[in-house]
Amino acid sequence: MLQVARWRIILVAVVTAMGIAFAFPNFVPERLRDSIPDFLPSQGINLGLDLRGGSQLLLEVDIDSLRAQQLDNVADQMAGALRDADPQIRFTGRGVVGDTARIRLIDPTQMERARTELRAIAVSPTGGTDPIYAFTESADGLIEARINDQHMRALSRQAAQQSIEIIRRRIDPTGTSEVSIVRQGDQRIVVQAPGVSDPEQLKERIGQTALMTFHLVREVSAEEAAGGILPPGTMVVGPYGTIGQGSEVVERRARLTGENLVRASVNTDPQTSEFVMSFQLDRQGSLTFCRITREYTNQRFAILLDNQVLTAPRINEPICGGQGQISGNFTAQSASELALMLNAGALPAPLTVIDERTVDASLGQDSIESGARASAVAGLVTFVFMILAYGVFGIFACLALIINFTLIIGAMSMIGAALTLPGIAGLILTIAMAVDANVLIYERMREEAATGRSPALSIDAGFNRAMITIFDANLTTILAAMILFQFGAGPVRGFAWTLSIGVITSVFTAVLVTQILVAWWFRIARPKTMPI
Amino acid sequence: MASSSWWPLIRLLPKKTNLTYVKFAGFAAFVSIALCVASLVSIFTGGLRENPIEVYQQAEGSPVARFGAIMEHGFNLGIDFRGGTSMLIEAPNPIDQEALRALGNSAQEGDVEVQGTTCRPANAPPYCAILNFETSPDQSATVEAIRRGLPTVAEGARITSVDAVSAKVSEELFSGGLMALGLAMLLMMIYIWFRFEWQFGVGAMLGLLHDVILTLGIFSFFRIEFTLTIIAAILTIIGYGINDTVVVFDRLRENLRKYKKMPLGQLIDLSLNETLSRTIITGCTAIFALVGLLFLGGEALSGFAIAMLFGIICGTYSSLYVAAPVILLWGVRRGREGGEARVAPQPAR
Repeated sequence: MLQVARWRIILVAVVTAMGIAFAFPNFVPERLRDSIPDFLPSQGINLGLDLRGGSQLLLEVDIDSLRAQQLDNVADQMAGALRDADPQIRFTGRGVVGDTARIRLIDPTQMERARTELRAIAVSPTGGTDPIYAFTESADGLIEARINDQHMRALSRQAAQQSIEIIRRRIDPTGTSEVSIVRQGDQRIVVQAPGVSDPEQLKERIGQTALMTFHLVREVSAEEAAGGILPPGTMVVGPYGTIGQGSEVVERRARLTGENLVRASVNTDPQTSEFVMSFQLDRQGSLTFCRITREYTNQRFAILLDNQVLTAPRINEPICGGQGQISGNFTAQSASELALMLNAGALPAPLTVIDERTVDASLGQDSIESGARASAVAGLVTFVFMILAYGVFGIFACLALIINFTLIIGAMSMIGAALTLPGIAGLILTIAMAVDANVLIYERMREEAATGRSPALSIDAGFNRAMITIFDANLTTILAAMILFQFGAGPVRGFAWTLSIGVITSVFTAVLVTQILVAWWFRIARPKTMPI
Repeated sequence: MASSSWWPLIRLLPKKTNLTYVKFAGFAAFVSIALCVASLVSIFTGGLRENPIEVYQQAEGSPVARFGAIMEHGFNLGIDFRGGTSMLIEAPNPIDQEALRALGNSAQEGDVEVQGTTCRPANAPPYCAILNFETSPDQSATVEAIRRGLPTVAEGARITSVDAVSAKVSEELFSGGLMALGLAMLLMMIYIWFRFEWQFGVGAMLGLLHDVILTLGIFSFFRIEFTLTIIAAILTIIGYGINDTVVVFDRLRENLRKYKKMPLGQLIDLSLNETLSRTIITGCTAIFALVGLLFLGGEALSGFAIAMLFGIICGTYSSLYVAAPVILLWGVRRGREGGEARVAPQPAR
């Protein structure tokens, strides 16, 4: 009677030992953690920003500007495809209107051929079956292209992913701080910086867009520019800060962007001993740059930073090595700052801060302390209550509760889930609700004993019969926690973590641990009547 | 060694209780319905403070958006759901609220709200204030302006926490929260339906609706700040309420098989009595823990503790008086599968 299978005892022993090992570092002061032997875990619980203090920013990729950029590309691709067709399909009116890229065939009868050529550029690069652009044709030769939503989402996701890398280089160039930058959904990025109580600096560094683009300069007389008479597809751009050299009229379309930049560095020009910026382009960038400089030799091109002119030198000869120099009114400092910004790379699209939270570290510390106090009180009250209600069995429930608490802490430390303020509330709630399984079992034992069964039979029946109820009742809580995961942001997700871990460990301890304790006690005490 | 006499076990209840719940079911139903109606009225009238028709007429956009506006007026929405910028300011000396308001107005045009508030429980600067802006067109500039101007309002004051939520995010959180609540209830009902019979599912669902509506009503009427954490609390209440209901249903199902001839009303009474001890002990530990949280957990968690406390009391009540009696209303198929009749029917006491 009341045999507990050996595997159960081993399972409980192993799990408990692991729980203790993983929970242990949390009770060791920070500075002593390094002295924990290597074979033991030394990772404490990962505190959420609301407990630790710090800043969190939720950034969103500006989808409209991403779309505009992409449509520009599409227009280019369309023009390229028609130009490369053999024989060439002649067109005019290449441009972007609203959310369409459009092009007009000079000879509408060539529509059939154009359609075949354009189909090729709409093939999904990732092997998807649907074309990424949808074309609409008009009888007068106008072709409009729209980017399909799915492709736009993919682009946005890609932009967010690239931005993460760039943001990391900007705010954590040494890779030493604990900043966490993760993508959320298709177009959002969460930046968490523990210990940063002033997010302004963070935002400034993220916001240094430093989008470098190369544009061709259109020579327009000053009067014309002032009168607002511009050639189609051009724009007026002002000088960049104190470094730039003056306004220019440039093509709207960027011929090359900072994405193709490999490295920028500061040098001094040996002839003029002025500071210059040297840059190195990647392979594709070098090819493009080579083609442009060959095609437009003796014209000027402008290097823009965030749509402001840095410099607009004349192309004296084709530059094909992928290396170039930018001169401007640089000082040592402005040049090196610029180089840093260029090296950090350009964001593929502008980002906007749509949610910002900052918690002072001292406030977080207070929350931890009050949370710990509340947990201690809740635990104590539960202990007293259980022992008063169930005597020696109550003590078993308390032991199970202590193991449960250790397991929760250990599990949270192991998987690195963040403990947040609502998470602490979840922990307290779990302590109180974990005894529910014990209560169900004990009440069942009482009932069985009341019908006149022997203690051994009552205990057995208590465990067996209560199991179904325990299972049903806790599964519903897990369901609720799963929904919280789906819905919740940061702190609430922390709550969902503690709640779901707590439910699993509490069933484990209440059922297995209590069962073993009761079996041992029974073997030693050999009771004639049930003590509850 | 150990026997039943050495420990003065506290018995909250006699070993057997014979409370007749079903007899009061009619009265309980009346009370429950009245409270639910009152809660709904409170939600739709902004805690009996506003006229929903006016709100509807003043709101802009589609009927759905206007209806949403009524819901938004129904609660004292926190920054998470309302959008805007909220700052917690602490100072060693009393903060002049008027001066703070003036500073707020100079930092950002628009609606500024200043609240004095209790500080954190322990240590630290004793005086606190909350500065709220309804919108956040440029939160960086606003926060910066406040930070610079703060020394003129109260010496040594500093900003200890800032939350800035754009309208876009707050709307998403609001609709996401409501969706999560709806989804949770649906899932629970399906689960119960799957595990028991449909009457049980309906009973559980009504019990949950009852709990959620009443909790929302309390928040609406007393204008307790409604935040993301409260949504988490309500989801947990749903979990707890179902948990409680499942325990009762489980026993009811067992007894249905055990006592095939007993009238359903009597059977429900019996099942509720048998599980009463557990209901009380579990409920008490949860309530004790939450009371501890309410008084020791600090300002930030008090809303959560209130919601949970109220929800747990509601949940316990509803599994006794809403979920079970609903089954009485519809009846339930008896004597299914026959095989379980091994236990000899015992005469009802």
